[in-house]
Amino acid sequence: MANERELTMAKAISEAIAQEMERDPRVFVLGEDVAVYGGIFGATQGLVEKFGPDRVMDTPISETAFIGAATGAAAAGMRPVVELMFVDFFGVCMDQIYNHLAKNTYMSGGNARFPVVLMTAMGGGYNDAAQHSQVLYGLFAHVPGLKIVVPSNAYDAKGLMISAIRDDNPVMYFFHKGLMGLGWMKYPERTITPVPEKAYTIPFGVADIKRPGKDVTIVALAMMVQRALDAADELAQEGIDAEVIDLRTLVPLDRDAVINSVKKTHKLIVVDEDYKGFGMTGEIAAIVAESALDYLDAPVKRLAVPNVPIPYSRPLEQFVIPSVEAIGNAARQLVKK
Amino acid sequence: MKLSRDQLLSMYRQMWTIRFFEDELAAAYMEGKTPAFDIGSGPVPGEMHLAAGQEPVAVGTCAHLKKQDTVVGTHRPHHFAIAKGVPLDKLAAEIFGKETGLGRGKGGHMHLFDVEHNFSCSGIIGAGFPPACGAALAAKKMGKDWVAVAFAGEGAANQGSFHEALNLAALWQLPVIFIIEDNSWAISVPKGKSTSIPDNSTRAAGYGIPGVRVDENDTLAVYEVLGEAVARARRGEGPSLIEVKTDRYYGHFQGDPELYRPKDEVSQLKANDPIQKLASQIMAQGAATQAELDAARDAAKADVAGAMEFARTSPYPAPEQALENVFV
Repeated sequence: MANERELTMAKAISEAIAQEMERDPRVFVLGEDVAVYGGIFGATQGLVEKFGPDRVMDTPISETAFIGAATGAAAAGMRPVVELMFVDFFGVCMDQIYNHLAKNTYMSGGNARFPVVLMTAMGGGYNDAAQHSQVLYGLFAHVPGLKIVVPSNAYDAKGLMISAIRDDNPVMYFFHKGLMGLGWMKYPERTITPVPEKAYTIPFGVADIKRPGKDVTIVALAMMVQRALDAADELAQEGIDAEVIDLRTLVPLDRDAVINSVKKTHKLIVVDEDYKGFGMTGEIAAIVAESALDYLDAPVKRLAVPNVPIPYSRPLEQFVIPSVEAIGNAARQLVKK
Repeated sequence: MKLSRDQLLSMYRQMWTIRFFEDELAAAYMEGKTPAFDIGSGPVPGEMHLAAGQEPVAVGTCAHLKKQDTVVGTHRPHHFAIAKGVPLDKLAAEIFGKETGLGRGKGGHMHLFDVEHNFSCSGIIGAGFPPACGAALAAKKMGKDWVAVAFAGEGAANQGSFHEALNLAALWQLPVIFIIEDNSWAISVPKGKSTSIPDNSTRAAGYGIPGVRVDENDTLAVYEVLGEAVARARRGEGPSLIEVKTDRYYGHFQGDPELYRPKDEVSQLKANDPIQKLASQIMAQGAATQAELDAARDAAKADVAGAMEFARTSPYPAPEQALENVFV
């Protein structure tokens, strides 16, 4: 695929939305600063120019109203893609999400459909402090009824977005700010990938082995996938062959990918940018304990944000978010045993 | 309400303190961010929302407040903090992420807490209205004449929290003043595209409380209107809603390309600068000489320079301190 063009994650997402808007007149976009600005993180860039303000709508800062309206519009036959700027902001409209969008299908006995894509920016690492740096996908994955998508590069981002828009269920789509390929925020080069111009889908619940290996399994999402890959590169030079599994979706979760990898490597590290307590790292460790405990040669290692809010000051933030070095050291300790 | 010469000079100095503080921060923010801009680099990383041009709403309001009165600010909080008397050194140190900062470097510029001066703020839009009601409720329960002020941008007046808080304050006759700081822009969305009415103060009618709009970015006009609102609250006569027109000189955040904004808008706004306006008003009243005004400006500049020096030379917190202060 040498002649294939490469895209940033932000451009891959906006292209996916544009292609679905062309394909399906029911798809429309709404949210804060999504039209004229093109999304603060570029996920809706170019859309209002192409589709006009009736299909790409800037909203007031009234999340309960416009996210609840997305639920209502979906019930009435539309397919809204709604952006809330930061996942940290969902508190103001949580009831419309966790008591309504997530539960309505179930409460209707499967009769009502809510094809809403709720898209949001997440993640830290650039000193934006406690109210603008969280990932919080674990919180939404905890509530039954929401599919949870968390891409780590541009190729996955496009295919997963198209799947999200075509899904008849509510999908929350989390993009990490530091993976979007923005001109004003540092990003790992690996997030920019070849992306086919034509529309394609990536199924939910299928993890991607981003790097095969035999010595240790590293399970991660989003930015932590990129850091795990960087760590794996370093480990390879020391003769440690790490397998990096990108879950890509938390709901549905590809349990088999994790279990099969552990059966091969016998060692597991789970890395997460979310809080350690009651989150993804615990869930993955529990799945392995339930289904593959006998295959483990050593206790599972969990790397995640210790249970503190994300601090502002650089040395504090760097201390709490798992680093390449921390991932590498965890692998070295496990493999040495 | 006639202001004394000392009061006027103090307000004038405060205006300059805010302006110098924001301009100095704008410069410090760009350190380590050229030639390639990376939001996470330099001595002041992360988002930075500056309030230059918006001094009147803060200074004209806080001139009526005492230390015991509560102020809840916004994601663009420095002018409120300075006007409320938050120490400049600790404010600057927090913004530089230092251990000597208001929150030991944990909070950062949108999350400032000064318990002594009853000041706080939040990075979440519209989050300040309810806690201001709570501070007012506490004052009422304790039998004090303290008041609470919640500032928020005009975009925040479309949040549910705004309407719930207004109803609660009116219902319970709380000594709280809601101030909408109307700088016309909610990031890229102009007021006319976000709000169904041109004047948010008219929303007061829906809750049976006084509503007033100050239609110019004028410190003394703000002072005049707030005088009545604060006095009314102290007398136990309940809340007020004030909308103040003001001007945002910088982008929503530093690094905002502002492609949504007419190119000459800011230069036009600056032609009507509120600090120059206050100077002219003071001179016209004969309340102070040009030399006294210049001295106030110089003093403000020195204060800011001292605070920035304190911030820059203070130590960073040790990494392990990240684990402290989740609970007391």
